Amino acid sequence: MNWKLLLNPTRTPRRSPHWTAYASMAAALLGWWLISHFAGLPAFILPAPEQVAARFWKALVDGSLLLHTTATLTEVLLGLLAGTVAAVTLGYAIAKSRLFEQLVSPYLVATQAIPIVAIAPLLVIWFGPGIFSKVLICALIVFFPVLVNTVVGMRAVPRSLHDLMHSLRATRWQILHMLEIPASLPVLLGGLRIGATLSVIGAVVGELVGSDRGLGFLVNVGRGQYDTALVFVAVFTLIALALALYGLVSFLERKLLIWQETFER
Amino acid sequence: MTDPILTVHDLSITFPDRNGELHALDTVSFTIQPREFVCVLGPSGSGKSTLLRILASLLKPTSGSFSFTGGEPKIGMVFQQSNLMPWRTALENITLPLEIQGFPADVAHARAQELIDLVGLQGFESSWPRDLSGGMAQRVAIARALIHDPDILLLDEPFGSLDALTRERMWTELSHIWQRRQKTVLMVTHSISESLFLADRVLVLTQRPGRIKLDLGVDLPRPRADEMRYTAHFGKLARQLKEAIG
Ligand SMILES: Nc1ncnc2c1ncn2[C@@H]1O[C@H](COP(=O)(O)OP(=O)(O)OP(=O)(O)O)[C@@H](O)[C@H]1O
Ligand SMILES: [Mg+2]
Repeated sequence: MNWKLLLNPTRTPRRSPHWTAYASMAAALLGWWLISHFAGLPAFILPAPEQVAARFWKALVDGSLLLHTTATLTEVLLGLLAGTVAAVTLGYAIAKSRLFEQLVSPYLVATQAIPIVAIAPLLVIWFGPGIFSKVLICALIVFFPVLVNTVVGMRAVPRSLHDLMHSLRATRWQILHMLEIPASLPVLLGGLRIGATLSVIGAVVGELVGSDRGLGFLVNVGRGQYDTALVFVAVFTLIALALALYGLVSFLERKLLIWQETFER
Repeated sequence: MTDPILTVHDLSITFPDRNGELHALDTVSFTIQPREFVCVLGPSGSGKSTLLRILASLLKPTSGSFSFTGGEPKIGMVFQQSNLMPWRTALENITLPLEIQGFPADVAHARAQELIDLVGLQGFESSWPRDLSGGMAQRVAIARALIHDPDILLLDEPFGSLDALTRERMWTELSHIWQRRQKTVLMVTHSISESLFLADRVLVLTQRPGRIKLDLGVDLPRPRADEMRYTAHFGKLARQLKEAIG
């Protein structure tokens, strides 16, 4: 994982990981194996890699892993969708109207100061331990970065291209789908890529606070039963989920933004 | 003489400025005949681009008016930079005006292909703008300005960013297009020889606020070739323009 690339919304890693990345992962695995076998730690503190693998296999076979992964994935995707739709709509309005921006920006800044993690229990109390509260948390956490990127993307549409569209008597709708959407797509997808990873965090936070399914719930179960191997399984599955979503958005970027030079080299 | 296609009457515009107002154009009046090629010369900041933007209805004049014979015309505009959409291929950039008018894709593509041939870009239909040279991008922009068969072409220093050699080749191409397609052209330029090479008439604007200082007919025979610039008449017209620009 290249963190510089993760944090930079306009670039996507293109090449597959270098062999040194694999070597480093193998070394970490070996280190883990050595510590778990020779440091004399009990399994509920640090399970050995093969114990985690066995636990993984068990959860896979009895169907529980699939159940909880599906639950989390559903929350993540619905939250991402809801948050993105809301953020793009509001972001578009903000980018278009200074007055609207001045009206809503104090509230936006204020909401941004609320740590979502801290109000997650409140949301679960209000909206119940079901899927809705999780989707809401995901949507809230996705909302701001996508909103900011939408505004930045829309504002960055060159005035000269707006002039071109107006000189051709384009309608509002034509300007939106022929100019504003394609022009701001790179920045927008960058926001979506950040949002996708954040949405996974949102779902887990919600599940940890209160739920009866999901990978966050699985973490709680494993902890409660001193089944630390299960906690590892859940955490690794979450990492895989986040990476898969990240990869999916990166794939979308490469498909949709082939006209950008950065994706050619 | 026929009816003018464009009548501009006492056009003035002032922009709000930090220290009051910026008077950019002052009572500009002129007419343009159908199929006439008119160049606008003037010092930097004299309001040439502003004039084109007003005529394209991208900007409202403070006072004065302009009217096109036969109602609102179709406008083909070429901007100072090629102003292509980077997410569209050369061909897709050219079809844009037709898409906006709601033409079916196959009709738009067929017409774009004709224009690709006209501006000599065969083989570059599916190139991205980033892969085109400055001159090629500008030719795409010219093709785009022609595809919807506009009544009037508004060209804002279309060759300003090109090297001398390409620029002169583009002059020839543009005057061919103009003759073959029977367009009315209003073109802003900084170059005296460019205007004498292309125009029927040259308007010279004064320093800001832009006012029409000279309206000069260019009665050089066509087709105009490079040798023309060594003739006495060319020299006389060039001197007149140079003195007017100051
Ligand atoms: N939208 C605007 N708001 C404020 N001032 C403007 C605006 N557009 C143009 N101006 C001012 O009007 C004047 C004329 O500008 P314009 O771009 O028309 O000049 P120009 O003759 O095209 O110059 P150049 O040859 O350098 O392109 C300039 O002083 C410019 O700063
Ligand atoms: Mg200009």
